[in-house]
Amino acid sequence: MLKNRFFATLFVFMLLILSACGNSESDQANAKEEKPEPAELILATTTSTQDSGLLDELLPIFEKENNVKVKTIAVGTGQALEMGAKGEADVLLVHAPKSEEELVTTGDAVNRKRVMYNDFILAGPKDNTADVSGDDILAAFKSISDGKANFVTRGDDSGTHKKELGIWTAVNIEPAGDTYISTGQGMGASLQIANEKNGYILTDRATWLAQEKNLTNLQIVVEGGKDLMNIYHVMQVNPEKHDMVNSKDAEKFVEFMVSSETQDVIESFGKEDYGQSLFFKYTE
Amino acid sequence: MELIFDGLKKAVEMILTGDREILEITWLTLRVCLMAIIISSIIGLPLGMFLGLTRFKGRKIILVLINIGMGLPPVVAGLWITMLLWRSGPLGHLQLLYSPTAIVMAQVLVSLPIITGLTSSAFQQINEKMLLQIKALGATKIQSIALLLKQTKIAIVAAIMAGFGRVIAEVGAAMMVGGNIQGDTRILTTSIVMEVSKGNFDVALAISFILLTVALLITAALTLLQQRKRVS
Repeated sequence: MLKNRFFATLFVFMLLILSACGNSESDQANAKEEKPEPAELILATTTSTQDSGLLDELLPIFEKENNVKVKTIAVGTGQALEMGAKGEADVLLVHAPKSEEELVTTGDAVNRKRVMYNDFILAGPKDNTADVSGDDILAAFKSISDGKANFVTRGDDSGTHKKELGIWTAVNIEPAGDTYISTGQGMGASLQIANEKNGYILTDRATWLAQEKNLTNLQIVVEGGKDLMNIYHVMQVNPEKHDMVNSKDAEKFVEFMVSSETQDVIESFGKEDYGQSLFFKYTE
Repeated sequence: MELIFDGLKKAVEMILTGDREILEITWLTLRVCLMAIIISSIIGLPLGMFLGLTRFKGRKIILVLINIGMGLPPVVAGLWITMLLWRSGPLGHLQLLYSPTAIVMAQVLVSLPIITGLTSSAFQQINEKMLLQIKALGATKIQSIALLLKQTKIAIVAAIMAGFGRVIAEVGAAMMVGGNIQGDTRILTTSIVMEVSKGNFDVALAISFILLTVALLITAALTLLQQRKRVS
């Protein structure tokens, strides 16, 4: 029988793994007996709220208070809104007001509430080839286009991308050509590319602050203008239009985000690490 | 260079201090990958054996499909599984999207063709004369299968290793169907992607060392199993 030892070993190995999987499941089952099984809430949101670490701060509080397990899907705002429109998520936290309004008009999203804001900034190469500064983002975009300087765009239908396209439209320029670099990636990856290509890039401040240490060739060139405000809204996916939406907890989440306790947490978040808030209170 | 050193230091630190989160992520990665490989092996080994030993009409077409499947991009597999599991999709009522089970499904989809294809190649190489001889000696079906398995042991373990390599390295599908949810579907590869996008290259590097260590240990164990001399 020694000949079969190889397969016997393999068999035992597999059994062990299977039983290991089984054990952990029964552990979970035991844990569940003590507390009612938490409901699941799918939150579709933008990468900036996750990459900045804000959600790690907020979600545990919400989960504990309501016995809910929040499943965060951090994607671009475009995709998050699409998940809402398809009924694949229960609640959305995004930052592209115009597109959000469309979703409310179609009836896919309800109970939309303003939560917080931070601002966009324009980062550019240290040598500032297009010579832009101040707080006028429109003038800056014109100079970059006129000076044929590299401009890096997310190109991924995210809130930041939508914002950037809005600015190009406002100055009547259709960005194109070799100097307009479309990455199709998230904010962090796009910043890295701008850093390597000596390009200008529109970014939200939270991601910038978190990434600054790796971006040795970039600096903030334009900030503070009224056109650069970045507003976040939270909204429920309409349960009447989509099956299987967890509207009970989605409603609680919306309330949670605009409650004054949560707003305080949002505003104090980041002060310790960056010496400034990454997001600011901004309820209606 | 300094970054690599920092990453290595951080990896050792994470393991020694028993960083709970990273241990959980590693454990989940192991469970998910091994589960996928076990399922793929249970289906793929007999299927590959069957395709390798028999001749029937349409067999070549199946082999072509399996060979294409070996190169199936994980994001494509991820996309298919995602659409299948959407709330509005055919399996939506199971509510499996963004769960470890969904990751296992996607990983089975990418590793099954590899295991099946490589197994069938192994069995196709068996000398026809030997097959005849086994029959002539009056072996029962089970006896002859056992004998053939022993003949192809090295190739079979190689097939399992190749499949394992595919699933442990896989990130596109796991990101899409798992969603990289903390404490739920975050595995080693998706955490690396996330840490990179956060700009934490040192942490990303540290996790990559942990991933490589896990892959090394399992591959080494399988290689030893494969290379062990037969006792009799």
